[in-house]
Amino acid sequence: MSGKGEISGEFFLSGDEACAEGAIAAGCRFFAGYPITPATEIAETMSERLPEVGGTYIQMEDELGSMAAVLGASWGGVKAMTATSGPGFSLMMENIGLGIMLETPCVVVDMQRAGPSTGLPTLVGQGDMMQARWGSHGSYSIIALSPASPQELFDLTIRAFNLSEQYRLPVLLMSEEAIGHMYEKVIIPPPGTLKITPRRKPNVPPQEYLPYMPDNDLVPPMAIAGEGYKFHITGLTHDERGYPANTAEAQDRLVRRLVDKIEKNRRKIIETAEDGIEGADVAVCSYGISARVSAIAIERARALGIKVGFLRLITVWPFPTEKVREIAAHVKAFVVPEINYGQMVLEVERAACGRAKTILVPHMGGAVHNPETILDAIKQAVA
Amino acid sequence: MKTDALAAIGAHPLDEYLRTDRLPHIWCPGCGLGTVLGAILRAINRTGLDLDRTVIISGIGCTGRAAGYVKMDSFHVTHGRALPFATGLKLANPDLKIIVFSGDGDLAAIGGNHLIHAARRNADMTVICVNNFIYGMTGGQLGPTTPEMGRTTTSRSGNIEKPFNIPRLVGAAGAQYVARWTTAHVWQMERAFIEAIDRKGFSFIEVISPCPTYFGRMNEMATGLDQMRYYRYNSVVKHGANLDELDIALNSPIIVGKFIDAKKLYLPVQGAAHGK
Amino acid sequence: MTTRAKQNRIRVIKPRCKGCSFCVEFCPQHILYQTDETNAKGYQLIAVTDPDKCTGCGMCSRVCPEFAIFVETADGKQ
Repeated sequence: MSGKGEISGEFFLSGDEACAEGAIAAGCRFFAGYPITPATEIAETMSERLPEVGGTYIQMEDELGSMAAVLGASWGGVKAMTATSGPGFSLMMENIGLGIMLETPCVVVDMQRAGPSTGLPTLVGQGDMMQARWGSHGSYSIIALSPASPQELFDLTIRAFNLSEQYRLPVLLMSEEAIGHMYEKVIIPPPGTLKITPRRKPNVPPQEYLPYMPDNDLVPPMAIAGEGYKFHITGLTHDERGYPANTAEAQDRLVRRLVDKIEKNRRKIIETAEDGIEGADVAVCSYGISARVSAIAIERARALGIKVGFLRLITVWPFPTEKVREIAAHVKAFVVPEINYGQMVLEVERAACGRAKTILVPHMGGAVHNPETILDAIKQAVA
Repeated sequence: MKTDALAAIGAHPLDEYLRTDRLPHIWCPGCGLGTVLGAILRAINRTGLDLDRTVIISGIGCTGRAAGYVKMDSFHVTHGRALPFATGLKLANPDLKIIVFSGDGDLAAIGGNHLIHAARRNADMTVICVNNFIYGMTGGQLGPTTPEMGRTTTSRSGNIEKPFNIPRLVGAAGAQYVARWTTAHVWQMERAFIEAIDRKGFSFIEVISPCPTYFGRMNEMATGLDQMRYYRYNSVVKHGANLDELDIALNSPIIVGKFIDAKKLYLPVQGAAHGK
Repeated sequence: MTTRAKQNRIRVIKPRCKGCSFCVEFCPQHILYQTDETNAKGYQLIAVTDPDKCTGCGMCSRVCPEFAIFVETADGKQ
């Protein structure tokens, strides 16, 4: 930690700028990206700030190269990040899969805009949520976070880096244009006061090191290139030695571990914010910018005497199934506002297991909800 | 007369650089990949590279399997993405010596965009492009370097597309060292690898190599030996040749040699970074 | 000074040989040939006609794609 170029204090920042500062505060010293609205400002900020803290910024020729470069930098021992939006997120999927398979810590930010395809480049959407979970091919698990303010985007960028080092995988930060382009107060704590998770290094000498021999939490310690460990790693299904192993047995062992290392540690990963759930008749379940709009609707509903609770998802993946199932037992319905035609609502419905209704309040994108539409759904839920 | 007493596994002079527990390798009898791999390992030995800081990165395809056989930090990444992965790794740790070892399809088709940009940036790495004119791993389809009229499983009546002249492509993009050899030119190839390793910047060597199982078999050169003989007797050494002259066509001479050898600003530049 | 060095010994790692015959073709002394002896994988192995003629040039070793043949010379292995 050089201290040079690191900042602290109260700032008036856009979400994009806050994200970049969060990355730097977390120790990120490499960014490879490609311009895309509305994430471009993250790249621009990083291009200016990284040299100030001794890091490196490179603008790659496309998002495929950006994600590959981020993985390469991480294997060189440097915390690395990229940022994009829907179209770039789609392009990055293959190498996000490689990052999952190689178990590479890094952060990928998706500042969602309305899709599909080119869509509305400058306007808000939340249509990549399922893609975040299932976008790459094969069976795997993922961690994805959803902030609801520039301050939270700063905080969750740091948490994303910590989780990525803890569990050795790319962590996705699913934000939206509305947060990315919103200016609010952001408090940056003094350097050295933040809790930063260091990379888990091998605890055996090179001759005994097996790249994919896990610790008890199912995560293997990670050697980096250039330190004499002479490992081979591959995107092919591999064994503990890192060597390609094309058998069903090796596949079973590897895939189970890649998924279980997240799913079996869910309790430590999942974060939600609850308000007024106790005794509520209906629960609004939302995330990101839609959660902020929901707060207005909830206030109005409570003013009308409706007992409405609020479950805000901070971790969207792994999905807080247990929590939703628990709440479903004593509410009539979940109201799920999201800026898509129904994605996280499917998870709510699955988790509710029929014990409560799920009412989707969709918005196709291009703007945030009118709180009245959410209020109407709340009223409908208790009718 | 039989050979002298059997040599033990582990006795070959290159065995210290190889994951001998994975030999014999998967490449076909008569495939030239092992020859090229041997040449780069000899070059690494002769240049005295620190094996702890040498990294081999390869993509997908027959050539891409090379990373799995070397006893160094090695990465077998996604199709076409060896170069940007290498760029990120090099920027993260400029002390590493990076060698990218990949095939014609991986580098010039799906990886084409990354090839021209890595060359443009003059990213500091040695890139060995093994060109066997075909997609071998997937069963013999045409690739960006398949010669016109070349027969493959996706061009059974003969390829109607014009192939890439890779040295010209890479040279035009800005690479500062460009050479081409064949697997029949083992000494020259090794010397070119040594030159490339010893210099900074984007050093690119194309190596023409036999694929007996697919390209050779479908184009009247059914064994690796047939193709090796062809390279041996039909190559013309022409250092400094005009890049335009380097097109490859069936039944025509192959021009080999060193075509570009220049000194230019390379990435990463010490002390500088984008934005400052 | 003679080009013949009696101490050059050609060594074959039989399990690795795939019988491609590159070494046979490229040996400048033409002293390698393919026999009918096969290894466990069924590949026909290489033998030497006249070991005394080996100059230790290392061509066989360099052209072999299988790391299956090398030469021991007075100065080390090629």
